[in-house]
This record gives sequence, structure tokens and C-alpha cells, in this order.
Amino acid sequence: MTATNASPPDADVAQGKRPSDGLGDEKLHQLLYDMMLIRRFEERTMQAYQQAKIGGFCHIYIGQEAVAVGSINALKDDDPIVGAYRDHGFALARGMHLNYCMAEMYGKITGCAKGKGGSMHMFDRDRHMYGGHAIVGGQCPLGVGLAFASQYEEKDNVTLCYLGDGALNQGAFFESMNLAAIWNLPVIFVLENNNYSMGTHISRGTAMANDLSAKAEAFGMRYAECDGLDVLEVYDCFSREIAKTRGAKNPQWKRGDWDQIAYSREGATPGPAFINVKTYRYQGHSMSDPQKYRTKDEVGEYKERDCINVLVNHLIESGKATQEQCTELDNKAKQVSKEAVKFAEESPEMPVEEMFTDVYANPFGPYVKGGLPNIITNENSGE
Amino acid sequence: MVATHGRTIQYREALREAMEEEMRIDERIFLMGEEVAEYNGAYKVSQGMLEEFGPKRVVDSPISETGFAGLGVGAAMYGLRPIIEFMSWSFCLVAADQIINNAPKMLYMSGGQFGCPAVFRGNNGAGGQLGSTHSWCVESLFSHVPGLKLAVPSTPRDAKGLLKAGIRDPDPFFNLESERMLGMGLHGDKDYSRYLHGGKWAPPENDNDFVIPLGQADIKKPGTDCTVIAAGRPVHFALEAAEALEQEGIDLEVVDVRTYRPLDIETIAGSVRRTGYAVVVDQSWPFASVGAEVASQVYEHCYDDMDNKVIRVHNDDIPAPYNRQREQDMLPNAKKIVDAVRAVTYNA
Repeated sequence: MTATNASPPDADVAQGKRPSDGLGDEKLHQLLYDMMLIRRFEERTMQAYQQAKIGGFCHIYIGQEAVAVGSINALKDDDPIVGAYRDHGFALARGMHLNYCMAEMYGKITGCAKGKGGSMHMFDRDRHMYGGHAIVGGQCPLGVGLAFASQYEEKDNVTLCYLGDGALNQGAFFESMNLAAIWNLPVIFVLENNNYSMGTHISRGTAMANDLSAKAEAFGMRYAECDGLDVLEVYDCFSREIAKTRGAKNPQWKRGDWDQIAYSREGATPGPAFINVKTYRYQGHSMSDPQKYRTKDEVGEYKERDCINVLVNHLIESGKATQEQCTELDNKAKQVSKEAVKFAEESPEMPVEEMFTDVYANPFGPYVKGGLPNIITNENSGE
Repeated sequence: MVATHGRTIQYREALREAMEEEMRIDERIFLMGEEVAEYNGAYKVSQGMLEEFGPKRVVDSPISETGFAGLGVGAAMYGLRPIIEFMSWSFCLVAADQIINNAPKMLYMSGGQFGCPAVFRGNNGAGGQLGSTHSWCVESLFSHVPGLKLAVPSTPRDAKGLLKAGIRDPDPFFNLESERMLGMGLHGDKDYSRYLHGGKWAPPENDNDFVIPLGQADIKKPGTDCTVIAAGRPVHFALEAAEALEQEGIDLEVVDVRTYRPLDIETIAGSVRRTGYAVVVDQSWPFASVGAEVASQVYEHCYDDMDNKVIRVHNDDIPAPYNRQREQDMLPNAKKIVDAVRAVTYNA
């Protein structure tokens, strides 16, 4: 194994260069717009939930926008992502149309999953988004499987597997970290660390919460952390780490010299990583959270460092955008969010007959002898 | 007795043939599980496969069922065709979230965008004096879940044909094998029923396209007096019972369910209509079981055609005991089936 992929970013770091230095104004405006889009979309989501137009559990992404936007923009378009149930932000950052995301929450047939998944289960095959998953930690083995598969097919992909700090204490997380390490899989475990698993502060629920590098160290895995309220810092961190993960090779594809396999963080070959992104959610865990476990002052302090304001200030101070441009982007985000609600409201309900499709890709019936079935696509799934 | 069944083949060899043949024609298939590679399979099912397919496609996993079962689901979503081996289905319970949430529901929850064409397979049922936690029969647990397919093959022929169908199928497929049957066939035709001679035991040789469609029950022994419905190892108990009852002039028809999902109720009901009597045998526990489901469907389909109620034969409703004889007493066996048939046909 060679470390070719790891060297350029490290050299840049030594010279004080940041990957985000190379982003043009247009791209910077897009990052800002993506965050505004999520913010305004989520405001509409809350409104619709309060009007009982959206049901079930609904987890709002406001405050954390920089995490999804910064990390996803550091990926290639065909790199898989998979995450937990606070997933509207990922869906939009990955490019899912707002209309399909909102319609899904309305349970409409025009939703990204035809109204079968809801808020916690956003999927977008065309954009390599392998879902929001609602059982805490259950997405970690899936992320490992996606990375295993891309490595198996010798593709040059990196999988981002997002998890909240609550998932840190699930067995699935530890098993996944171990599998990623022993097979050196091209996966990055992205800890969206907003300090609270529902209402339990991370210090109360997670050992070594004051030094989460211990989690990675236990598996000989690279550890990084970044300020999740600064989208450019998130982008920088992920650009560097993704480059160090891309091209990871499986040491066990060669038999026989297992005692030579050693995992090392220093001067590591491309391989998996664990990134602690420190962020904060402004809203409750879900829409039904009275938030007795934290003070208004605490929330207020974080709002002082709001991720959208941080970028707006940076762009204006550095002359890369004007206040008017920023306001215009925000107005546009408000407008399309409003349109998404209209689209969702006007869309038809999931029809009764749709209840019974997508249970089996190959529903019980005559079996075609010989011939391998194709991979499931939108075209041939269902009945 | 002249062996007319063609090949001498063990159940474990049939499973291996199925995997090898499919892996030769589809690069996307890999086998992963505990001890499947360097150890050559804890039960020698995958013996020699590492040599042929290499460590990329025959992968030893650490003892992390949640991790590697979930890996299989993720890899299947991506487009691979994983075969995930559980050394025993008893060990799959720690992976429940992956195999009963993620695998069978992914297609539905994603609105048809991502399915899970993965196979999960391993030993099911009491081994020999392993105590209760190692003696799970999971067919009743998992048949409950829409979105998956589940087979309990009873012969090498069925094991091969059903596993090949399951590997090719785009839906998650659970293959419930049996430690106690893996070696059956080792001694030619001496260790299984004569009713299975004549081509019912072994799969055909050199036929890559030998596949048994999922959802087709099989009449293992035709008969006229009473239908016994079973799957997996209890099929052999039923055939043993048929042999015993033949001496009393009772001619059993033994219907092998083969797959509980999909369930071929047409074949089962057709048989019960002919004989007028039904005994349902199931190696899991009686309450809310596949046996209860089959019995219920038999009533729905054959209510006017039956000359008596359905009698079910199950595990006794207790955790599996360790004691050798008591464990045998607890499982469904030929004696229990004989008693059930006598009880149900008394008015014939």
C-alpha cells in the first residue's frame, strides 16, 4: 500500500493552505445558499408539523446546517452517504429537490419514498443517498457495507456514515468501527456531536466524552475534529480526511502475512477515519421535546455563533459577497421552501393500491429459470 | 435395496455446490461469516471455497453478527449479492435490527429505490444437547416479517435448489439449514428414508440451472389416508412415521412446505382435500408459530373437506433441556407424529 492520496493535503497544511481557499465565489455562495435552504425549509417543516400536516417523529436540523453542507460538498457526486433520522438536511445538501423531501413528510405519493418512509427515512438513489435510518446506530453497519462494496468493486469511492452522539454507545457502532479497521474500508464515521442524545448530555452517557479520540484510538483509526458551526472549517477538514480515506486497500485480500498487519495513525496509508464534528441543534431532539434539560442561555450562546451568520460575515468581510446578495439568496431559499409546502399540499395522497407495492422486488409468482435478476431499479421494482 | 437415487451427496455438499455454482457465474456474490474461509467452515459447508475464490470473496468475519449482517445489507443496497453465514441461527439474534428491520424493510421504506438482495443462512434447530440458547428454531420468529423469503430445506436436492433460487432472488432470503442434517447422505442411502429414493434425495449432476422455485411445496411421499405437513428435519420424522404406520395400514401423505414465505397453501390444501385429515409438524414452539399459521390456513381452505380437526406437533412449550433423552422428548419426533395421526384418524 502506498500513501499517495494522503500526501498533498498534508503538504498544504504545512504551508498553511486550506482546501477552502480554492473555492470560487460562486461555490461559496452555493454553500451559503444550501445552508439557508435547509434553514428555511426546516422552518416550514416545523410549521407544517405544528399544523399536524406532518406526522410521526420529526427531527429538525436547524443549527447543524454546516455539517451536512460542508461535508457533502467535499465529496464526489457518486460517493455514498448514509445517516440517521435527522436527515432532511442531508437530503437537501445532497441535492434532493425540496418538493420531494417535503412531500415525503406529508406522506404523499410524490415524496422521495412515495410516502412510505416519512421524515426519518429519506432515500435518493440517483444521488447516492442510502437513507436516513431510524434505529440509533443501525446505519453504521450499512455504511461499512457500502464501503465494503465499493472497495470490492475496486471503485474509488468514500462512504460518509453519519451518526449522532447517542449512537456512540450502541454496539453496532463499535462493531462497525472494528470491521472498517480490520479491512481498511473507505468509510468515514461522521460524529454529528450536538452534545445531546435526546435529553442526555454526552458527559452523562458516554465514557471519555471529554476526549473522543479514544474511540478511534481503540481501533487504530484516524481521528479528526472540527468546528461544526463553521462550514468552511468543516469543508477543509473533510477535504483532507476524505483524501486520506480514498483508495483504501484491504490488507486481507492477500493471504498469509497477517502478523504484518498493523494499524497506525501516524503516516497512515489511506483508510477509515472517525471525525468529531462539534455542532449544536437549536430545536428540541424532536418536535415533541420540551427541552427541560438545557437552559435558554445555552441555546442563546450557540445562536451567537450561528453557522449561517458566520459564513455571511466572512463573505462580506472578505468582499466575496454583499449583504444584498446574501439577502437575495435567503429570499430565494424562503421562496422555494414555500413552494415545496405548496407542492406537498397539492400532491395526491398515497393511493391504497400503493400500500402493497415495494414489499418484494420479486413478488411471489412464477420463477424465471436461469438468468440473473438485475439490480433493483425504480423501473423494475414493485409489482 | 438398490440405490436408484443417482448421487451420493451430503446436505452440506449440496449447499456448497449451490454457492460455488452461483459464485462462478456472478462476480457480485461473496460469502462472509465466522470461520468460513481459513477454517474451511465451522461445519465444513464452505470447505475449499477459499482456495477457489480467494479471500476477497470468501471472507472470515470476526464474531460481530450485527456488524457483518448489517454489512451484508449495506453491500446489497450498493448492488452486491452477499451470502451471510451465521454459524447458527441462534447467534443471529444479536443482529436482529439488521436482519428484521434493515433487510426486509429497505425496499418498502425507500419507496422501491433500494432493495436487499442478500442471503442469510446457517444452522437452525436443536443440535445435540447444546442447551436452550443454542437451540433456536427461528422460522416462526422470522416468517412473521413481510419483505423476506424463508426456506427450510429437508434434502440435499432441496437445499441446493432453494439456495440457488434464494441467491438469485432480489429479495432478502433466509435459508434455515440443520446441523443434524448436514451429514445426512454420508452413508449413501442408509441414513435417510427409502421414500426419498428415486431422485428425491440428490440434485442432478452438472446442471448449473437446477433451481427450485421459492413457494412450491413438495409431496415427499404420496398417500391416501392422512396428510402430514412439515418442513426441514421434521420431514424425516414424518417419513419415519409413515414407515411405521404403513405396517398398520395407514398410508400417509407427507407434504414438505419447503418455504414458509412464500407459503404454497394450494399444494398443502390440495393434499388435505384428498385425504380429509391433517397433522401439522413444526420444529418451533407452538404459540404463534408457523405451524399455527399453516393449521389456520388449512382450516380456511379445507373446512368443509376435513373429517376431523387439525392436530399440531411442535417442540414442547419449554426451553430446550440439556439432558440427552429429555431433549429428544421435547422435539417433534416420529412417535409424536404417529400418535397425532392415530388421534386424528380414529374416525376414518
